[in-house]
Amino acid sequence: MKGYTRTFVILALLLAIGPYILYPIFLMKVLCFALFACAFNLLLGYGGLLSFGHAAYFGMASYVCAHAAKIWGWPPELCLLLGTSAAGLLGLVFGALAIRRQGIYFAMITLALAQMIYFFALQATFTGGEDGIQSVPRGNLFGVINLASDLTLYYVVAAIFLAGFLAIFRMIHSPFGQVLKAIRDNEPRMVSLGYRTSQYKLLVFVLSAVLAGLAGATKVVVFQLASLTDVHWMMSGEVILIVLVGGMGTILGPVVGAFIIVAMENYLAPLGAWVTVIQGLVFVVCVMLFRQGIVGLFERSLARLKKSPR
Amino acid sequence: MAEPILATRNLTIAFGGFRAVDGVNLDIKQGTIHALIGPNGAGKTTCFNLLTKFLAPTSGSIIYKGRDITPLRAADIARLGIVRSFQISAVFPHLTALENVRIALQRKRGASFDFWRSERVLKALDEPAAALLEDVGLQAFAGMPAGQLPYGRKRALEVATTLALDPDMLLLDEPLAGMGHEDVERMAALIRRVAANRTILMVEHNLSVVAALSDRISVLARGRLLAEGDYATISQDARVMDAYLGTGHG
Repeated sequence: MKGYTRTFVILALLLAIGPYILYPIFLMKVLCFALFACAFNLLLGYGGLLSFGHAAYFGMASYVCAHAAKIWGWPPELCLLLGTSAAGLLGLVFGALAIRRQGIYFAMITLALAQMIYFFALQATFTGGEDGIQSVPRGNLFGVINLASDLTLYYVVAAIFLAGFLAIFRMIHSPFGQVLKAIRDNEPRMVSLGYRTSQYKLLVFVLSAVLAGLAGATKVVVFQLASLTDVHWMMSGEVILIVLVGGMGTILGPVVGAFIIVAMENYLAPLGAWVTVIQGLVFVVCVMLFRQGIVGLFERSLARLKKSPR
Repeated sequence: MAEPILATRNLTIAFGGFRAVDGVNLDIKQGTIHALIGPNGAGKTTCFNLLTKFLAPTSGSIIYKGRDITPLRAADIARLGIVRSFQISAVFPHLTALENVRIALQRKRGASFDFWRSERVLKALDEPAAALLEDVGLQAFAGMPAGQLPYGRKRALEVATTLALDPDMLLLDEPLAGMGHEDVERMAALIRRVAANRTILMVEHNLSVVAALSDRISVLARGRLLAEGDYATISQDARVMDAYLGTGHG
């Protein structure tokens, strides 16, 4: 437990000094994707469920949040809450359908359902179709904190991220998390021990959708935009990429992965379409050379170092 | 004759036209060790899957303690006190040996949907879990990930996990498969010990162990019940010899 406390303190410190070293908007993008990836990692790395349609929850939350802020003029805290709840509700419905199947069929059902959301977003009027919902006002958090300043907003986003991150950490290290890991390891055995495994799988699916939604809604407040990109299947692909590069089933993997992938998108932007090629290469290298991702590799080398001096 | 704890009536499952288990009637008496033997492909494991509802029978019924449990789901069968093991060792490889046992104890604690609570609340289960590990001689391995245990130890861990549920009835699917000589003896002794106040149904190929342990033996061949009785009866049965060796070899 002590090792984890140290990790949290270091993470909080990095979050605090971050905007004085790097561009706050860039960091906020990293944090939104990191939270999204942490939510996805909860499902894949600890629940053993590969969803190929997590953009649906991320994107639905961002549309709902943007709509509430721009059209209804709601304050940001309520917009975030509404967007997150919408994602949770969607996760409940889609999860209940998808968990009836396993493996590749599960992944394909989540993909198909997410594509439905994509076409819904394309056709519906409240999403703005191709235009999306643009220039969403940031507003005042709790009516007092003006989010117009990037630095102020950064600390709000950092707080949201940290809260989500700690919540996921607690879920993983809870009695529920124990059951989850055991189901991931050997589901038939859990059934034979009397666990109704589909209920646990549904709960983790909903929790993951809620947190993915929180990330999507937060992203709207930062970029003041909800668009088709958020619900596109490439977004679902990107979150898988982030988690696998960073390290699936590790606490920090998704955060590191988000930093690397978003940094590549930002700083390699002049290369245009080549960014995707480079990301693809990084992905292939990661999967071929270190299956546990960057953080997994780091943890293993650390464990080996600790052993060897004796 | 005493009322059987578990019985099947005309239990049948068909995969397409193939009847893997075909009209089987079993009566397993309380407190006995009952062995299910037969040549490969006889339907023993399928029978296990039916009894524990990992497969749904095409027809027939399963009666446990006088109650028809045929419509129940697998997890609910386990909750009634019928717990199975698997042919391939069924441990949770990324959990430690202690956590493996604890996960079973955790189920008896109630539904574990409390994702907001720290896992420290499970510390209360560590002591009984450690006691169960000690029972099967695994106390030294408590902190080791189950995936790293040697094969025989994994099987022992599986038994400890099963015993954590304190089931009335154990279904063991080839508990000795793939074990070395000393592991076989240790496991056989363990089975005998846990059978003291339980009923055991086991599928096993090691006939000397079957002979030594079981009170009653049912022989399956091609999905049908061929013969039933104690070891002496079964080993004399011409049809059983036939099923094992094939016609024309005797």
